[in-house]
Amino acid sequence: MSLQVPFRNKGGQSQTTKAVILVGGPSRGTRFRPLSLDVPKPLFDVAGHPIIEHCFRAITKVPEIKEVFIVGYYDESVFRDFIRDCAKAYPDITIRYLREYQALGTAGGLYHFRDAILKGRLDRFFVLNADVCCSFPLNEMLKLFEEKHAEAVILGTRVSNEAATNFGCIVSDAHTKRVLHYVEKPESHISNLINCGVYLFSTECIFPSIKSAMKRRTERPRLFSYPSSENLESSYMEAQEDEDGEKTEVIRLEQDILSDLADSRQFFVLETKDFWRQIKTAGSAVPANALYLMKAFQSQSEELAAPSANIIPPVFIHPTAKVDPTAKLGPNVSVGPNAHVGAGVRIKEAIVLDGAEIKHDACVLYSIVGWNSRVGAWARVEGTPTPVTSHNTSIVKNGVKVQSITILSKECAVADEVRVQNCVCLPYKELKRVRFDDFK
Amino acid sequence: MKALILVGGFGTRLRPLTLTLPKPLVEFANKPMILHQVQALAAAGVTDIVLAVNYRPEIMTEALKKYEEEYNVRIEFSVETEPLGTAGPLKLAEKILGKDDTPFFVLNSDVICDYPFKQLAEFHRQHGDEGTIVVTKVEEPSKYGVVVHKPSHPSRIDRFVEKPIEFVGNRINAGIYILNPSVLNRIELRPTSIEQETFPAICNDGQLHSFDLDGFWMDVGQPKDFLSGTCLYLSSLTKKGSKLLTPTSQPFVHGGNVLIDPSAKIGKNCRIGPNVTIGPNVVVGDGVRLQRCVLLHNSRVKDHAWIKSTIVGWNSTVGKWARLENVTVLGDDVSIGDEVYVNGGSVLPHKSIKQNVDVPSIIM
Repeated sequence: MSLQVPFRNKGGQSQTTKAVILVGGPSRGTRFRPLSLDVPKPLFDVAGHPIIEHCFRAITKVPEIKEVFIVGYYDESVFRDFIRDCAKAYPDITIRYLREYQALGTAGGLYHFRDAILKGRLDRFFVLNADVCCSFPLNEMLKLFEEKHAEAVILGTRVSNEAATNFGCIVSDAHTKRVLHYVEKPESHISNLINCGVYLFSTECIFPSIKSAMKRRTERPRLFSYPSSENLESSYMEAQEDEDGEKTEVIRLEQDILSDLADSRQFFVLETKDFWRQIKTAGSAVPANALYLMKAFQSQSEELAAPSANIIPPVFIHPTAKVDPTAKLGPNVSVGPNAHVGAGVRIKEAIVLDGAEIKHDACVLYSIVGWNSRVGAWARVEGTPTPVTSHNTSIVKNGVKVQSITILSKECAVADEVRVQNCVCLPYKELKRVRFDDFK
Repeated sequence: MKALILVGGFGTRLRPLTLTLPKPLVEFANKPMILHQVQALAAAGVTDIVLAVNYRPEIMTEALKKYEEEYNVRIEFSVETEPLGTAGPLKLAEKILGKDDTPFFVLNSDVICDYPFKQLAEFHRQHGDEGTIVVTKVEEPSKYGVVVHKPSHPSRIDRFVEKPIEFVGNRINAGIYILNPSVLNRIELRPTSIEQETFPAICNDGQLHSFDLDGFWMDVGQPKDFLSGTCLYLSSLTKKGSKLLTPTSQPFVHGGNVLIDPSAKIGKNCRIGPNVTIGPNVVVGDGVRLQRCVLLHNSRVKDHAWIKSTIVGWNSTVGKWARLENVTVLGDDVSIGDEVYVNGGSVLPHKSIKQNVDVPSIIM
């Protein structure tokens, strides 16, 4: 297969830019269960919109992007409605779903669809992981890209030293912003500047890099990490055979590509001081909801409910939801379509999904109330607040690790006056007695 | 007639309430504990009451002066300089208890029941022996001292068995007695126990009888039992058709056994009961759910709060959507923040609670 590398315009004339949103597939993101049992994670609503829509809206803020791809291995039908709605709202942007028939890895997927992505004259493109929640400062990344004549720009953020090793760590030159070194989830401390999962690549840099990574795989022993006594077994990559008998491999941006870019390319980091969270576990939807609501509030979005004695902003209430005027909501609450919130209800730091009913005088804190779930009168559904700086959604209680956010899945029921705390309930569960620190 | 009420010490078991008020003045069903006893004694014709205490707070002297006038009784403090146990105080009050040869009542100040003083005195007169102790039937006698009768006699006590392993009977000492003044001769002025020393001695002489208590009985010396005792007391009021109770025709009353002081204010859409007492000047907001709880005077429960198995102390405030349960006790002037959950918290006076109390604990 020949790789068509378009002429790169360095004269400052207009360059073409596209964007790719990586969504993964149903076998990925199992940590988002039980919510992903009913809705694919990218389509889960936070702050009144599907997670992926927040990415898409950020892309629409870059005027020159006219073409957006969603790459993943969900069924074709999954994103059909979403794409239709986006096309209607943004008629001058084409949006397409590119389905991988097997998981090729984040870089493998890009490479597989390179012809579709490169079609027309393309100079550079954004890659956004759908499972991050941030302000997506794409225009700033573009500015840095042009200032530095970069071949790749990565979005980075600072986290605590303890949290850093759970992410891809970036060592950069403080002055030039150049990426000097990149390691995915290191065992020891390397840097507290981490990969946000948002990139801007020049086409003439990234595709050859992926190609050479693939070539390296076939020519050299298949080491993907330096073997030590601890990981000797796992340090050899297993090859997968596709239908044609041709050996293909999972190639991931984080593990296989970024480290090489740091060595040999014009690779820069834009450090965002704005919010950033991963949306991995189901519970992380609650902080993500809070951050996106806050963002909407700061930008004076008209979608949000007007602040009042009983609405502590930011609060999103879907126009079809019924909320009694005596209920007190907020901050950081989203109420979905056709949800019903009774008199004297209190909701704080929570997501109430479509068709859920919360009866009078109930209290819902730090929780997700699933589709068509029912919370009884004077019931209390409660999670535990975690520090804003924490990237963790579990807490240790009485020596046991439990989820800090309480989650009621689809069609769960909490009886009148019952209290539920730090509990994850699978679909159709009825809670008639007090529950806490539990998985039901 | 004469009576001695054993009050004893500081009531540490009923803290944090007793940090503010001496135990006899803590309101049980909207009435100081001691008043339940004074009223019952006065009604039975008692004119001289001795309070055996080992401290005498000013506030108690004042309260009892008022009762003296109101119920036409003489109330005298008998202050122990050192704790004298349960029998020593009788000897200390010998001057009053032994001033004539009529029998006198002795009662434990923590005991709540339908005091059967009249019938007790009559029963005592009929058998003519030295002493009668009131006994109550319990389900689990192995936790108490059990009374065993003489084989041939329905009331004469043969012996006491402390915490029996095998079933020997189900009647236990209810902490209420009537004794002849001659019993005082059996007691020395030293720390001594009426249960362990005096009664076995009278028993040996075949001079001690038991009297079966009808209805409820509870030692309300600690919060958990204070709440259980409140339930029993309110149930008995219901059984008697007492006018004191809030009628179940009130829309907010749920399951009955609700006693609300007329000066208390109740909001809209509340569900109150069963087994709730609400004291004077209490303010209950809208959409509040109360069950099995005691709200002491001047306390305030804000909208949508949920309270169960809890004593809310005087002048305390419970925030909106707060939830209190599992034998939570708030002392005087405690404030529970909005949306806060307290599980079995014992909160000392003047504290402000802003975060959940997830496990039972004392909040200093």
